[in-house]
Amino acid sequence: MARRILTALVGAAVMGIGTQAASGATLDDVKAKGFVQCGVNTGLAGFAAPDASGNWSGFDVDYCKAIAAAIFADGSKVKYTPTSAKERFPALQSGEVDVLARNTTWTINRDTALGFNFRPVNYYDGQGFMVRKSLNVKSALELSGAAVCVQTGTTTELNLADYFKSNNLQYNPVVFEKLEEVNAAYDAGRCDVYTTDQSGLYSLRLTLSKPDDHMILPEIISKEPLGPAVRQGDDQWYDIVSWVHYALIQAEEFGITQANVEEMKKSTNPDVQRFLGVEADSKIGTDLGLTNEWAVNVIKAVGNYGEVFDRNIGAGSPLKIERGLNALWNKGGIQYAPPVR
Amino acid sequence: MAIGVTTTPEKSKPSGSIINDPQVRGIFYQVITLVVLAAFVYWVADNTIENLKRANIASGYGFLNGRAGFDVGQSLIAFTSDSTYQRALLVGLLNTLLVAICGIFTATIIGFAVGIGRLSHNWLIAKLSLTYVEVFRNIPPLLVIFFWYSGVLAILPQPRESAALPLNMFLNNRGLAFPKPILGDGWQYTLFALVIAIVASIAVARFAHKKQDATGQRFPILWTVLGLVIGLPLLTFFATGSPITFDVPVAGKFNLTGGSVIGPEFLSLFLALSFYTAAFIAEIVRAGIRGVSKGQTEAAHALGIRPRLTTRLVVVPQALRIIIPPLTSQYLNLTKNSSLAVAIGYADLVAVGGTILNQTGQAIEVVTIWIVVYLSLSLATSLFMNWFNARMALVER
Repeated sequence: MARRILTALVGAAVMGIGTQAASGATLDDVKAKGFVQCGVNTGLAGFAAPDASGNWSGFDVDYCKAIAAAIFADGSKVKYTPTSAKERFPALQSGEVDVLARNTTWTINRDTALGFNFRPVNYYDGQGFMVRKSLNVKSALELSGAAVCVQTGTTTELNLADYFKSNNLQYNPVVFEKLEEVNAAYDAGRCDVYTTDQSGLYSLRLTLSKPDDHMILPEIISKEPLGPAVRQGDDQWYDIVSWVHYALIQAEEFGITQANVEEMKKSTNPDVQRFLGVEADSKIGTDLGLTNEWAVNVIKAVGNYGEVFDRNIGAGSPLKIERGLNALWNKGGIQYAPPVR
Repeated sequence: MAIGVTTTPEKSKPSGSIINDPQVRGIFYQVITLVVLAAFVYWVADNTIENLKRANIASGYGFLNGRAGFDVGQSLIAFTSDSTYQRALLVGLLNTLLVAICGIFTATIIGFAVGIGRLSHNWLIAKLSLTYVEVFRNIPPLLVIFFWYSGVLAILPQPRESAALPLNMFLNNRGLAFPKPILGDGWQYTLFALVIAIVASIAVARFAHKKQDATGQRFPILWTVLGLVIGLPLLTFFATGSPITFDVPVAGKFNLTGGSVIGPEFLSLFLALSFYTAAFIAEIVRAGIRGVSKGQTEAAHALGIRPRLTTRLVVVPQALRIIIPPLTSQYLNLTKNSSLAVAIGYADLVAVGGTILNQTGQAIEVVTIWIVVYLSLSLATSLFMNWFNARMALVER
């Protein structure tokens, strides 16, 4: 483990290439390599997990594919770097990955001191608790004295300390570095409680030996805005990553889907025409350093935001997470894209 | 490692030019090597500083005074989320030291027992010892740790079905809970008595040594010392009215409450490191004893020294000289292997440091702290063992 961080550090120090990209060359660098190096979770069903033959899929993985599609018109031009909570930041800082799409919470510390940029929140989450039904616990406030399994190096670990302290509850943290280790320890009964982002709990419950024996408590104790992160100092790359997300949202708002995107190009709606880059003299993509077809390519590769959500974590997936805050702004949620104009 | 010019020709005047002088050449190569090394170090440092600046990452150790914000499960000293990062590192360091010292102690005992067992004339004992050594020596330590951790978690009962052990101890998959002693008024007298007993024992030992040197008569020192060190404090303890009570663990809502608990993380790491390192120590001990020539034993017997005394006074002191230097390496290995604790969530220096690294993003600083601490621990162990080795070394007159 420590070796991995060291490699990243030495890589950053000796090569000097990684962070050179921060001066505005990430896009050129990616184009030269021919693929996007994407930092993802080591295996969180619904968000990023490899299947038996090593193909990655999930909500975060679709963001990697969408970025690749925007650049190369081909969503498969991605290489994945699975990172633990602890490894993810050095991996991005050192330039080992171009973008980190890994259920990472946007906080002021990470945005400033760690040298990253977060902007589009692709999933509004909050921290929750999972317990065994046999404990007969109905609320997180009844958890005093419990052993709590948590992953190290997460905002979750800090929120947990704050929540128990402010409610005058005692607990015994059982801390692991890898998600798989936390799962195994909770499943083996080492802890009474498992805490992480609520979306994560739904996903993890599926991997337990008896999912029906466990329940998720109603309390949400924190705001966890999750989204892709990039290094500070490369505004062009930052813009691309941001606008890929906004394009997914905008497509859902316009009703453009993976299936009908070619048809929608013939739409007479000027907003849609502009968005899909079919307007005369369009500069909608070239200003970003991409082609004008970039939004079309993104939607062809992964569909719109609603499709990405449903397929991986929503109604069309085993996780069945409600849209909730992640519905579009005009449908009761807070997902919103600035105008494409 | 001194890179030196080893042989200097005796006063042979350089016949040709200075270029052919081996001494000058030797110095020249050393200077070149040093310059290249220094340039490389400078280049790495300069690049690092430059890149950190570009990535807008502040550096320095000021972050250590910040509030940690996270809790640590196992701690020897008081620690809350309000404590500083510095204190969190101290907690990690103490946990590392705890598991290293306990591990070294146990590994040495098991190692000596198995090592001597391998030399036993009893077929079963010898073969069992051999199997032990071959199994543990050939498995990576991480697997041994997982073996103990998964084994411990899978076999032990859930907290609500805790196994009751004698002396009010309980065993479940949250660890071993035992009554916590609470010292009442007057316990200091017992401690005081123990100190007196130890001082008296040293005096008795000196007296016995002098007496034997002067008259050749031997004094039953072992029994005297044991009587002093155990008897005196025990007498004081009862005389002052047994000033100790116990906080007994009782069943709580989730787990046992009260008492003290040794967590399964510590237990499995401790057992794994002990068993793994003991396999190597056993081989060192066997080699050490084998290394003492048989003639020494025969000579001792010829002088009429009894077998037990022969082992104690002739064989073991000579074997120790062979054993101690490689034993030091094993102690260092055990200490360093304790950093595998991250895999099972034991809050050692690397685990806590990793959390801090992640919260603050100060990768280079935290990695430097790790390096400095492990280096210091290893050097301190080496110094101690060198001192011990010097004491055990053959005194040449």
